[in-house]
Amino acid sequence: MTRALLSLEDVSVELPTPRGTLRAVDKVDLSLMPGRTLGIVGESGCGKTMLSRAILQLLPKRAKLSGRVRFGGHDLAALPAESLRRLRGPELAVVFQDPMTSLNPVLTIGTQLIETLQAHLGMDGAAAARRSVDLLAAVGIPAPAQRLRQYPHQLSGGMRQRVAIAIALSCEPKLLVADEPTTALDVTVQAQILDLLAREQRRRQMAMILITHDLGVVAGRTDEVAVMYAGRVVERAPTAQLFARMRMPYTEALLAAIPKLDSPPHTTLPAIAGRPPDPTRPMPGCSFSPRCRYADDHCRHAKPTLADPERSGGFYACWHPLTLPAAVGT
Amino acid sequence: MAVLELEGDTALVSPVRRRGRRLGGLFVAALFWVVLIGLAAILANVLPIVSPTDMDFLGKRAPPSAAHLLGTDQLGRDMLSRLIYGARISLTVGLLSPVIGLVIGGALGMLAGYFGGRFEALTVGGVDVLLAFPPLVFALAVTAYLGQSALNITLVIGVLSIPAFTRVARAVTLSLAQREFVVAAQTLGATHMRILLRELLPNVALPLMAFFLLAVAVTIVVEGALSFLGLGVPPPAPSWGSMIGEGRESLDIAPWLAFLPAGFMFATVLAFNVIGDTLRALTDPRPGAL
Amino acid sequence: MARFVGRKLLHLLPVLLAVTLLTFLIASLLPGDLAYTILGDQATPEKVAALRAQMGLDLPIWQRYLHWLWDVLQGDFGRSFRTGETVLAAVADRLPVSIELMLMAEGLGLLIGIPLAILCAVRSGSAIDRFLTGLAFGKLSLPSFMVAILLIYLFAVTLGWLPATGWVPFTEDPIGNLRSFVLPALTLAFAEWPVLMRVLRSDMIATLQEDYIAMAKAKGLHPARILLVHALKPSSLTLVTVTGINIGRLIGGALIVETIFALPGIGRLLVGAIYARDFIILQGVVLFVAIGFVLVNFIVDMLYAVLDPRIRHGRA
Repeated sequence: MTRALLSLEDVSVELPTPRGTLRAVDKVDLSLMPGRTLGIVGESGCGKTMLSRAILQLLPKRAKLSGRVRFGGHDLAALPAESLRRLRGPELAVVFQDPMTSLNPVLTIGTQLIETLQAHLGMDGAAAARRSVDLLAAVGIPAPAQRLRQYPHQLSGGMRQRVAIAIALSCEPKLLVADEPTTALDVTVQAQILDLLAREQRRRQMAMILITHDLGVVAGRTDEVAVMYAGRVVERAPTAQLFARMRMPYTEALLAAIPKLDSPPHTTLPAIAGRPPDPTRPMPGCSFSPRCRYADDHCRHAKPTLADPERSGGFYACWHPLTLPAAVGT
Repeated sequence: MAVLELEGDTALVSPVRRRGRRLGGLFVAALFWVVLIGLAAILANVLPIVSPTDMDFLGKRAPPSAAHLLGTDQLGRDMLSRLIYGARISLTVGLLSPVIGLVIGGALGMLAGYFGGRFEALTVGGVDVLLAFPPLVFALAVTAYLGQSALNITLVIGVLSIPAFTRVARAVTLSLAQREFVVAAQTLGATHMRILLRELLPNVALPLMAFFLLAVAVTIVVEGALSFLGLGVPPPAPSWGSMIGEGRESLDIAPWLAFLPAGFMFATVLAFNVIGDTLRALTDPRPGAL
Repeated sequence: MARFVGRKLLHLLPVLLAVTLLTFLIASLLPGDLAYTILGDQATPEKVAALRAQMGLDLPIWQRYLHWLWDVLQGDFGRSFRTGETVLAAVADRLPVSIELMLMAEGLGLLIGIPLAILCAVRSGSAIDRFLTGLAFGKLSLPSFMVAILLIYLFAVTLGWLPATGWVPFTEDPIGNLRSFVLPALTLAFAEWPVLMRVLRSDMIATLQEDYIAMAKAKGLHPARILLVHALKPSSLTLVTVTGINIGRLIGGALIVETIFALPGIGRLLVGAIYARDFIILQGVVLFVAIGFVLVNFIVDMLYAVLDPRIRHGRA
């Protein structure tokens, strides 16, 4: 058995706020093999972005990280800044949500690509520029040589995200974290960007974490899916298995909230009732229990842990797992 | 919503509370100093101090003694008394001048921000032109030609403060003019006059008041500079600026003659800055604006 | 870019015209009859009338303005009736001193302000940040003439290292010339750095929270490159504005500092003209200073476009 490329052990992230400590990520365990893809799905505020920042070691200054983030034999949290810097780029790369803000507005596309290549691969300017043109062409940007001299604001949102992907791929990373890479884009280009990511992931044999609030995005594009709720992973399974047999009522609710093309017109989308719990006030029982239609007293008083009681490879944290196939659940 | 999450937490964890408490202590001290110096200036005639113009030729540049608590200056005049009477000039000019800017500049700025259009363009252009002139030169020239008197200095500095007040008032008004309560009043058919006075003025007043206090600090400095150059309130009336200017001549033998009024002026200017800045931070919705 | 410059130039003309008008009005409306002032003791009604006619003072004010503006446009700013020196010659004579002072002061101010601002921004909220921002805030309440007195007391009176006043031309004694600029430049720099530090610090704190800074970190760039290339440039717009305004003001001479340290710059020229009631020099120099200020601001606007390509391309 090969060793995991990334493994999170008991990772928590706490943020001090005026109302008390906010536990954004709560004891998460995850692992990812080289070349595999993992989808992390959850509502806004479920902690998925904080989790990705914890992996990347880009947490806000005041955030407190506990647990271990192991990446290729290193504990990233304990790594000296300079060693971490050398990992970023050639080993670990990221694509952020909004390409309007993730590219520096005052530097040319060329500068932002070339500086990355020069920082890690020791290329001279001319070689880095040639390589940059190739990279832009590979992510589907027309007239790549001219783009090098342009500034981000001269490109459309979709093009900018392609540039951001080219930058992330430039040093052949072993792991790419894509944090809601299509949320800020027009619907028409979302699929293109996702397909581009999937294609490059396969071609380069890199591992990828795809973070999204949309279960539909991870379907068919990832090997495994982890569903997060209130800072915890509440269900984790191989993608096909999850969609075939989801166990967590929350996952079911997430799926039901996706509009479907084949539903008749004027179908009301079943939104998830209620709001996510206040993360500064931890509750004794299952965090989803106030919104869950299957919850009983036991759910409200005892916290279920993530486990795989059926030894099927599908982990979930629920006292009353669904037994019916998901499609019929609604 | 990655962006929102990150922005949210940085806004939440900015150390507003700790900062607030620290500035609070300073704020009380500043208020105390302003009240103290203000009372001394008002009660100068009643206080048991010698006249600031009485000269003691036998006791020039004397160190502190029972007769002269803070010593005497190069003409043997009592320093404490001169400092207190100097506060009169500084505070009178300092508090009255910005009133001119507040009233005229505030009105111009509000009208420009509310009505927009050609009037606004003209006002903004006029402000830009006025700001191109070196203010101290203007003040010096006018006092030199019109004659040195507290009234002239107050008027000149007051006129010079108009553009700055105009800018602040316009900026605040602009940010408010599109807000719901103004739009609502317009839809309900309120007159411009009513909207300006009843809806906008109460909201513009507080930021302008904060700016007024900062302007008081600046005015005290400008008056000090004019007096320092010998173009302020004419002697023998004491003013902190002219005391510093006179004290400069004897820095080598009696440095305190310059440092005492400098210290008083610094403390007063700092106090107004602290009060104004605290007020500004209170009216500024951005977190961490302190 | 050419269109951007053209549009800005078009804005410049009315402002410059307004500046000349205001200068003329201020100078003309000052009380006192110029002819009397010039003639002094020898003023008789006939002589005054003759001089007024000769100088065109009997014309309506708008005609006088147009005459004066016409002269100014031809480069004739007037001539002192006391010394006979032309305004242009007087300015040309004093300008190098003011510019040398400005360069040293602004250079020192930026040299102190920028690193401190970066330090504060990187360590925002820390003890060092709070100390420096507190210091800068306190410094805002210490006007330059007080700083000058403190520096003179410390370096000239107590330590005797530097001259308190006096000036020698650079060509005669370069070292002595530079020495005479140290205290005045330091005085001005002391007034500058807190302002420069405050504006850059707050802009930089905002920039450091931008996604593209997280992106730069994620790319594994060197921290120095992130700070100096990715963060400093987009944070420096306000800094450039403030620096530009300061330069514009200092070209017009640092009135107080030049007076205290007896430096023969534009500021001293103005103060001298005011004391001597030399109104033609005053009017000419004020116009020159105001135009210089407007032009520096124009250059600052151009610099924006260099710093931020979005402005150059006509957005924002």
